[in-house]
Amino acid sequence: MASKPTAKPRRTAKAKSLESTGQPVYIVDGARTPFLKAQSGPGPFTPVDLAVQAGRPLLLRQSFDPREFDDVILGCVNVHPDEVNPGRVAALRLGCGAEVPGWTVQRNCASGMQSIDTAYRYIADGGADLILAGGTEALSHAPLLFKEDAVGWFGEFFAAKSTGQKLQALSNLKPGYFAPSIGILRGLKDPVVKLSMGATAEKLGHLFGVTRTDADSFAIQSHDRLAKSTKEGHIEEMHPIIGDNGKVYDHDDGVRPGNSLEKLAKLKPAFEKPFGKVTPGNSSQITDGGCWTILASDAAVRKYGLKPMARIVDSEWASCDPSVMGFGPVISSTPILKRHGLTMKQVGAWEINEAFAAQVLACLRAWNDAWFCENILGLEEPFGEIDQARLNIDGGAISLGHPVGTSGNRITLHLIHAMRRLGAKHGIATECIGGGMGGAMLLEIM
Amino acid sequence: MREIVEARAEALERLEHDPIYLGVGVAKQPKPLAALKLEHWRCYQDEQKVVWAILDRKGSSANTLSEPVFREFETLLGVVEKMQPTALVFRSAKKSGFIMGAEISEFVDMTEDARVKDMLEHALGVLDRLERLSFPTIAAIHGFCLGGGLEFALACKYRICTDTARFGFPEVLLGLHPGLAGTWRTLKLADADKGVEMMLSGRTLYAKQAKNMGIVDAMTQERHMAEAIDWAIKGKLKVRRELTTKGKAMTFGPARSLIAMQMEKEVAKKAKRHHYPAPYAMIELWREHGGDLRDMRKAETESFARLMTGDTSKNLVRAFFLREGLKENGKGTEHAIKHVHVIGAGVMGGDIAAWSALRGYKVTLQDMKPDLIAPAIKRARKLFKRRLRRPGDATAAMDRLIPDLTGDGARKADLIIEAVTERPEIKKLVYAQCEERMKPGTLLATNTSSILLETLAEGLKAPQNFVGIHFFNPVAKMPLVEVVTHDKLDDTVLARTMAWVADIDKLPLTVKSLPGFLVNRTLTPYMMEAFVAMDEGIKPEVIDAAAEEFGMPMGPIELADQVGLDVAMHVAKVLKDDLGETFPDIPTWFDRKVKAGNLGKKTGKGIYQFDKDGKPDKQAVEDAPDQELQDRLILPLLNACVACMRKGVVTDKDQCDGGIIFGTGFAPFRGGPMNYIARRGAKDIVDQLERLARRHGDRFLPDPGWDDLLEE
Repeated sequence: MASKPTAKPRRTAKAKSLESTGQPVYIVDGARTPFLKAQSGPGPFTPVDLAVQAGRPLLLRQSFDPREFDDVILGCVNVHPDEVNPGRVAALRLGCGAEVPGWTVQRNCASGMQSIDTAYRYIADGGADLILAGGTEALSHAPLLFKEDAVGWFGEFFAAKSTGQKLQALSNLKPGYFAPSIGILRGLKDPVVKLSMGATAEKLGHLFGVTRTDADSFAIQSHDRLAKSTKEGHIEEMHPIIGDNGKVYDHDDGVRPGNSLEKLAKLKPAFEKPFGKVTPGNSSQITDGGCWTILASDAAVRKYGLKPMARIVDSEWASCDPSVMGFGPVISSTPILKRHGLTMKQVGAWEINEAFAAQVLACLRAWNDAWFCENILGLEEPFGEIDQARLNIDGGAISLGHPVGTSGNRITLHLIHAMRRLGAKHGIATECIGGGMGGAMLLEIM
Repeated sequence: MREIVEARAEALERLEHDPIYLGVGVAKQPKPLAALKLEHWRCYQDEQKVVWAILDRKGSSANTLSEPVFREFETLLGVVEKMQPTALVFRSAKKSGFIMGAEISEFVDMTEDARVKDMLEHALGVLDRLERLSFPTIAAIHGFCLGGGLEFALACKYRICTDTARFGFPEVLLGLHPGLAGTWRTLKLADADKGVEMMLSGRTLYAKQAKNMGIVDAMTQERHMAEAIDWAIKGKLKVRRELTTKGKAMTFGPARSLIAMQMEKEVAKKAKRHHYPAPYAMIELWREHGGDLRDMRKAETESFARLMTGDTSKNLVRAFFLREGLKENGKGTEHAIKHVHVIGAGVMGGDIAAWSALRGYKVTLQDMKPDLIAPAIKRARKLFKRRLRRPGDATAAMDRLIPDLTGDGARKADLIIEAVTERPEIKKLVYAQCEERMKPGTLLATNTSSILLETLAEGLKAPQNFVGIHFFNPVAKMPLVEVVTHDKLDDTVLARTMAWVADIDKLPLTVKSLPGFLVNRTLTPYMMEAFVAMDEGIKPEVIDAAAEEFGMPMGPIELADQVGLDVAMHVAKVLKDDLGETFPDIPTWFDRKVKAGNLGKKTGKGIYQFDKDGKPDKQAVEDAPDQELQDRLILPLLNACVACMRKGVVTDKDQCDGGIIFGTGFAPFRGGPMNYIARRGAKDIVDQLERLARRHGDRFLPDPGWDDLLEE
């Protein structure tokens, strides 16, 4: 029901978080595969293969049997046709047994965070104690699709009974029908506003004056941070995997450290040619990867002697116009901060998914923008600018890649490792979601 | 926190997979036919006047066509002949399958030609009566349907099977071919290339292959079995009772001669005629009589009787029972092992892990770096793809085989197998780490081939849980596993280990911890004598040929290359230290080859050069086989067996023969080394050893253990 517009639009948020009513929920462990940049052709792993590879060492080090999970929830966007419910297939293949349910959640780029949020709410409500929540994506397996009019023609042709009808149908065949469209590109275009995700980033960059150099510099920082952290062993949640082909995958292979602004400046815009500022160099990569987290209640922690890494304090989903979906982190994180009366300084670590450099930078500027904070976020004062020393300290989707169903799970898990290093009590993992949404999780270190 | 209810999981498993629980005609327990009081068969008539004959052989988990079973079948047939029911359906009440074949224990006494023929002719007459019944007769088959069981089914009008069924004629593995009309009843339905091939190879066919070749009329799932039987009864089932055009063409004399020649060539690659006459007899049977199946029927009996009373078959039957005996070693105890942790992902460790995963275990494979584990994963994938045909099974096996870089698997495993490098100090480090992590009750095993268990057990907190599980290379192909004991080993641990080895479909043999255990102790002198002969200037090909002429699957030189010269040398040094003068000197070039990295097949070059497919480049040998050279190679092996018997490495002659046949491939048609000694005569061999000792050196001196054999 639409209410009368007020002079100052206020983004309404829930007054209370689950914290006050539910039982505490902990992330007790988590692990992921290396993120593998899509090469030409499908990669060596399907979405469920990745989930299995991510999950096996994780489950091996637990003190409980995988059959003791109450539920398995997996985020995945591009589901492989042979694994239509990847959550259940992964649960079975991981040895959770016939009796553990498994299912799949899809909230586009936040599917892997949705699985954590759902698990969190189930446990907080007392309906479950121990849930395996993950995200997986094999973008290199995204299908080639026939165009709709070609599909229409196929239907007509196969429905034709007589030879005459068949010939008639055949005469309607157009060569263009054989040109497939790439599923992933179609998935990256918003069906409502008809803008590609890259175009929404161009729009955000424009709104907050993000220059090409700003975006490219941010991209370089992302790669350099990932390279350094990998070398120093800070990517603790990642473990090497071995393909059936006997090949070892032991690092996030999209990383390109030591890039220069000059080199990046040479790249052509990927979405809005020829003047656009969003290039393959300052966007997230197309990548395969899987990640899991284990969520537990106090009872489960006691029963199995688990060691909580962090407590989930709160979570939030928020929406906006699809054409500015990149504001997702701002509109979803702010209500949480308000609910808990947290200031910028009190959040000691941030993971904002790097869909696009321009988009992340626009978010940072929006929080520092008086007009935006007042009119969009309903804040009296600008929130302030996040210190980049506390943001994505080990790189992000620009260097790691963005397996869409996985990223939300990864940033939530990695946030805990970042919080430990930064000595942060509170941390937020947040991301923008294609279609005009944002998701955020507030964690407290244990 | 989900509660794990094992009983419910088992019930669910049964609901999904137990053929008997689901079985049409088997699950019901209606009133049996009053006229029949049988022990092994359950017979009843249903509302449609269909008689069901359920074979449920008393006191056994599998059905065989034993004499009592067959005698009861005759009685049953007599009653049913008078009843004239709508149809007669045969089923098995055993989970393992329909009928596994003849009762092989009954073969042992079949030493007279005439008696064999009498028995066969009587049985053939009974099957003819079954074939002549005027109403539909249906064999409803699940699981294994082999040999005599298949011949029984072939006498029915219809054969309907579930998709789990497996068909085969394993007779050839016992030095026989089918003898209950299997040859010609098969060739009535199936083209000769498929049918004869099936009997020559002894291979077990999948249901689909059997359906395609025509020996099965319909393949379905258990859930449609009732419907399929109903169709057969009503004559609705489409059946093919003719050969294909190609198959008909193959029945003509000239075509048969040509094809038979080709078949003989193929067989000759695997088995020599004078060692294994059965496949040649089978080809002969078809070449001579494939145009007229009535002739073939008579000739089958003649040929079968000849084979059955011959030495090869007798010895192969012995080998069959030696195998059964070794399997028996693993019975009587629950091993309670679900998770196996293997440390060391080299060739042995990696392949042991893969084999265990193939056999259904959860396996963690630990090594220090992913690069060390990766080749094992690649090999495992190959193995699974070859061995697991059902869709999804290979993936499931890959999922069960978990690379482990942290050693977390050791905390959860019920059995830990160490397969790291053959250095006691490194192995002991591994054990110390394991003992810190492992659960109480977990077995700790080593795959060592050359270090004594007593040495490795020193310093263990729980030496009673420590055992040797010695696999052979290549793991997937070698049936024997030596389970090595030592004085502190707990009996239950030993029994559990034996049970597990049997469960992964290997043959467990208990051996005492003495240098080389049984297999390496006996095989190494044979290989080393070959090297000595080589140094005397005899060509390696000639040496190999002499051993192959005896019936060894591969000569000693090629074997050394196959095993790996480094491995062979390591064992040889251990044995030389232990045996001194009674063991051949290790040639100096051996060491040089190993140091140069020419280790045999695995490096592409050893004594022979190997091609890309791993085939050695060997020159053809034209010289006539040299009996003296043969004895020079084989007798040291026999001498070592006698020494092992004397020292109690194995408990008795059968265990020794089984171990040597299935651990070394020792000519199975000779029934094992101890059997060969008995046949040839201990005296003759001792004399020859003494002659060889005079000519070549003291290493040939007969072991004191021969004294006992000479007295027997």
